[in-house]
Amino acid sequence: MNALSLRQLNKTYPGGVTALRDINLEVRPGDFYGLLGPNGAGKTTIIGTVASLVRPTSGNVEVFGHDILRDPWEAKSNIGLVPQEFNFNQFETVAQIVTNQAGFYGIDRTTARERAEKYLRELDLWGKRDAPSRQLSGGMKRRLMIARALVHEPRLLILDEPTAGVDIELRRSMWDFLRRMNERGTTIILTTHYLEEAESLCRGIGIIDGGRIIEDTDVRSLLTKLKSQSFVLDVTTPVNALPALPDFGVLPLDERTIEVEVRGEQTLTELFSALNAAGVEVTSMKNKSNRLEELFVRMLGTGNPEPQSETA
Amino acid sequence: MAGLYPAYPRQTLTALQTLASKETHRYMRIWVQTLLPPAITMTLYFVIFGGLIGSRVGPMEGYSFMEFIAPGIIMMSVITNSYTNVVSSFFGAKFQRHIEELLVSPTPNYVILAGYVAGGVGRGLCTGLIVTIIASFFADLNIHNLAVTISVVFLTAVLFSLGGFINGVFAKKFDDISIVPTFILTPMTYLGGVFYSISLLPEFWQHVSLINPIFYMVNAFRYGVLGSSDVPIVIAYTLILGFIAAGTTLSLWLLNRGTGLRS
Repeated sequence: MNALSLRQLNKTYPGGVTALRDINLEVRPGDFYGLLGPNGAGKTTIIGTVASLVRPTSGNVEVFGHDILRDPWEAKSNIGLVPQEFNFNQFETVAQIVTNQAGFYGIDRTTARERAEKYLRELDLWGKRDAPSRQLSGGMKRRLMIARALVHEPRLLILDEPTAGVDIELRRSMWDFLRRMNERGTTIILTTHYLEEAESLCRGIGIIDGGRIIEDTDVRSLLTKLKSQSFVLDVTTPVNALPALPDFGVLPLDERTIEVEVRGEQTLTELFSALNAAGVEVTSMKNKSNRLEELFVRMLGTGNPEPQSETA
Repeated sequence: MAGLYPAYPRQTLTALQTLASKETHRYMRIWVQTLLPPAITMTLYFVIFGGLIGSRVGPMEGYSFMEFIAPGIIMMSVITNSYTNVVSSFFGAKFQRHIEELLVSPTPNYVILAGYVAGGVGRGLCTGLIVTIIASFFADLNIHNLAVTISVVFLTAVLFSLGGFINGVFAKKFDDISIVPTFILTPMTYLGGVFYSISLLPEFWQHVSLINPIFYMVNAFRYGVLGSSDVPIVIAYTLILGFIAAGTTLSLWLLNRGTGLRS
């Protein structure tokens, strides 16, 4: 039984815009799944459909085996949603928002208060429990939405762009929190624009474009599709005195920095052996860009239709 | 009907209690905006229309003008406040998008409706009680029939809460939530016999008054308080219950369709 199953999901909005086309997607229990795609690709429509905020034109949504329309109580009780936009009552206090949300899932008041305290403490919001939500900072508001989504202890947590617009420190702490939730057994699906985030957190990846899933695989398999990777190396030898590295594409960037292209069949060991043989010392090295980002751009670009033929 | 989950009665009841409590907290938290204004406005009505002008109008249907208008003014406050509470709260929830808290939860649609109606009825009855207390300083209110008085005011609050809900579902901007109260509800209430007996009107306008449902509610309530009514109260009950049934059906149909809520 999958945590989430989407079958033949289609959505055409009343204005005639088709947002989803025959979406088939399965997310296994315990997975950490990233849904990637450019703006307007259909990510938020998929999430809205799963969360019952968008009515599908056709197709089925099942959450842990429960059809969202036929068994709404069971299906919805298993979902926690963290939307992209702040959508809580600005005039209610932090504690009221979280406690009331538990009540909407049929959780009695005493348990709701205990759960609210548990998650507000865990997300470092307990000290703000009596503050009106409008007084919170942006990062706190985002954490409040996570606490609210967790208060009924769902098995599937869905986050739509959870770290959009938050600073690096908060992003890292949210990553740690989500990893802990996933380790405790919560299946997590997130959409993100930050490919570093997807590569760092997710095991499964779906790429959506134009309302279609064009890739549905695990991160490791996806990365093997990279034809080459480019690395930026700081070297001790001046660039104009560097010997030739015939097996690698080398591009000088400045006086002591080069960009080296390593093809898919080559290894970093081979690169360093060649550099060592040429007497070049490397002081630092980094990927030119995020590996997933390179793939993402290639897949969505017009130049490389190859992965699109592997649509799930 | 979609949205009924009989397998979870306890959880459903908890969801209803939560929403009703949230709605009650809302109007209590902003009591300066919700409960105080009708108290001041209705006091002015009693002072100006009942005390200053009423003393020159003379008795109406055998009662002092103050006694005659008191039930109408109480009903006017109940109607206005129950309607306004639901339309404001529901549209506010849509506008701030925290209605999504309910839509993503397993709370059935009929519970969402009942919760908002409970808030509207609560505020309507609170306001009605406040105005009744104020009225008791100006008029000698001896309740003729307590059961009729309470049932009519309760059912009227339910009906106008449903009206506010339907308005809130369709409203897309703040203007949309004030159009109905300003241009439909207030004129219908004023022309519903709050300040006069229908017998004072020319025959043609008496017939016109009979198509105004608020006229029946005001008169049924006046019967409960004073024992006097321009129309048989059975007709009033039939109309109120009929409108409640129609309003409930329409509201649930709109919720099940997701009108104004789900894309």
